[in-house]
Amino acid sequence: MPRQYIVDDPVKQKFLLNRETLVSPSVLSEEMTKIFAKCWIYVGHASELKKPNDFLTRKVAGRPVIFNRDMKGDINCFLNTCRHRGALVCTEREGNRRAFRCVYHGWAYRNDGALGNVPGAEAYKGEFDKSQLGLKRPARFESYRDFWFLNLSAEGPSLRDYLGRATDYIDLVLDQSPSGQMEIFSGTQEYDVSANWKLMVENSVDDYHLPSTHSTWLDYMANSGVVMAKPKDGMVLPTHGRAVDLGNGHFTTDNINFRGRPVAAWIPIYGESAKPEMEEIRAELVARLGPARAGRVADTNRNLIIFPNLVINDGSAVTVRTFYPDGPAKMHVTAWALGPVEESAAARARRLDAFLTFYGPGGFATPDDVEALELVQQGLANWQDDSWSEMSRGMGREEDQLNSDEHHLRIFWRRWNQMMESA
Amino acid sequence: MAQITRSEVEDFLYREAALLDEWRLEEWLGLLTDDATYAVPPNDKPEGDAGTTLFILSDDIVRIRERIKRLMSPECHAEYPHSRTRRLITNVRIVETNGDTVTIAANFICHRFRRYERQREYVGAYRYVLKRVGGELRIKDRRVVLDAHELGSLGSVSFIL
Repeated sequence: MPRQYIVDDPVKQKFLLNRETLVSPSVLSEEMTKIFAKCWIYVGHASELKKPNDFLTRKVAGRPVIFNRDMKGDINCFLNTCRHRGALVCTEREGNRRAFRCVYHGWAYRNDGALGNVPGAEAYKGEFDKSQLGLKRPARFESYRDFWFLNLSAEGPSLRDYLGRATDYIDLVLDQSPSGQMEIFSGTQEYDVSANWKLMVENSVDDYHLPSTHSTWLDYMANSGVVMAKPKDGMVLPTHGRAVDLGNGHFTTDNINFRGRPVAAWIPIYGESAKPEMEEIRAELVARLGPARAGRVADTNRNLIIFPNLVINDGSAVTVRTFYPDGPAKMHVTAWALGPVEESAAARARRLDAFLTFYGPGGFATPDDVEALELVQQGLANWQDDSWSEMSRGMGREEDQLNSDEHHLRIFWRRWNQMMESA
Repeated sequence: MAQITRSEVEDFLYREAALLDEWRLEEWLGLLTDDATYAVPPNDKPEGDAGTTLFILSDDIVRIRERIKRLMSPECHAEYPHSRTRRLITNVRIVETNGDTVTIAANFICHRFRRYERQREYVGAYRYVLKRVGGELRIKDRRVVLDAHELGSLGSVSFIL
């Protein structure tokens, strides 16, 4: 009998997850071919490559790649491997280069990927076509509003079709900027979590955990003069929030703000001196977008998941976060901060400071998320004797699905299950 | 006023390390000036400025005090039960002297142990601005620069590094 990964029973309003999905090397190996080799995977943001010849190296879907802007100004993604014998052709993390030269035998590639100099090329007498030996590219490489993704498969929908309705929520983030342009700032948070990568998907949108996991962050906010209403009517959070299915396995939370936002909801942590500028920022939003849309931009928090492994959190600040498994019980996480290109130095500093109140490996919240995920993974050593995780919260609720329900977690797992069951 | 000497700085750093390793964090707060800062820059931009670069942490004195409250709470899950740490400090140098303040540099290894978890070695350099206040050295700025190219297997900086 084939493995059953989920129990999804609308009659009993029960959803269970087989814990083997979080511990098994064979499940991970199937994910590599059925998910990571088929989905659009985030590579980077165009703003990280400001000038022609700028390049970055990073791992995407486990592959070392070069993400660069070539001498013509076009953005590329190359597999960082020499066509000759396979060595990395670029070992620097970032820089500005017109060419990449393999240290092993000296094959050199132009930064548009074409193979240039091959030392002693005259020794190749047979079929040897330099024009066919440029740096390899992933099967597809496309962008939506400066967010670049690769796809290791030539088959399947375009990035735009893949993102589908998720673009509405990307657009909502980018509406913070008067020009509609945001940039990634210098400084990268890269840290490992000893937990299955899918636990990070869940954690990034699971607002049920906030009061228990993050009580010290709530205390910090309260000590700093941020007034939060006490949850009422059986709610676990101070304000109403929804979980929204965006199709194709993408989903988001969408909550009324209660925590302060660099755009443009002041809290005392920002300091009195920030008030006039934040009022100007809000006025610009209202003038440009109208009061309703400005309210959506300024007064809602959203944690957006682009299936399978990209998170854009628009809360205490805007984070772009991706993660990739390194074995079933470990992942590498990379996180950046994003903000409007035109914001003032003071607004930028405020945004970066606000980021650190909650997010990241030194934040007041993320380390406790990491701890929770690692405790899950440790507990899952019992999976054979306690095999199912409970994920039915909010099932059968007739009104909106709440951000503190598990509807959105089920969206992820249903999509994951569908892909894993495909041939 | 007597010039601040390296041996005085060393004594100060060793005493600070003992307070941190023993989780006497409220006493540690007493070593800071009222306008102290504490920062850990990101691994890829160790020379970065927190106003333009995303740090791992960057606290003013208000947030340092809030951080200590958090760390002393059993609800600080990343540090409850507390990590055991042991820091070794060497290569102490006075980089610059300016009246009653000195900029100092030192190397450190901070070993961190948690039950059931991997052992972690945070290796890097301390860079402090120390100020003599009422005859005693106090920390005005405390910057901790990690040598690892990425935080990676070190995971979090959930304690005072």
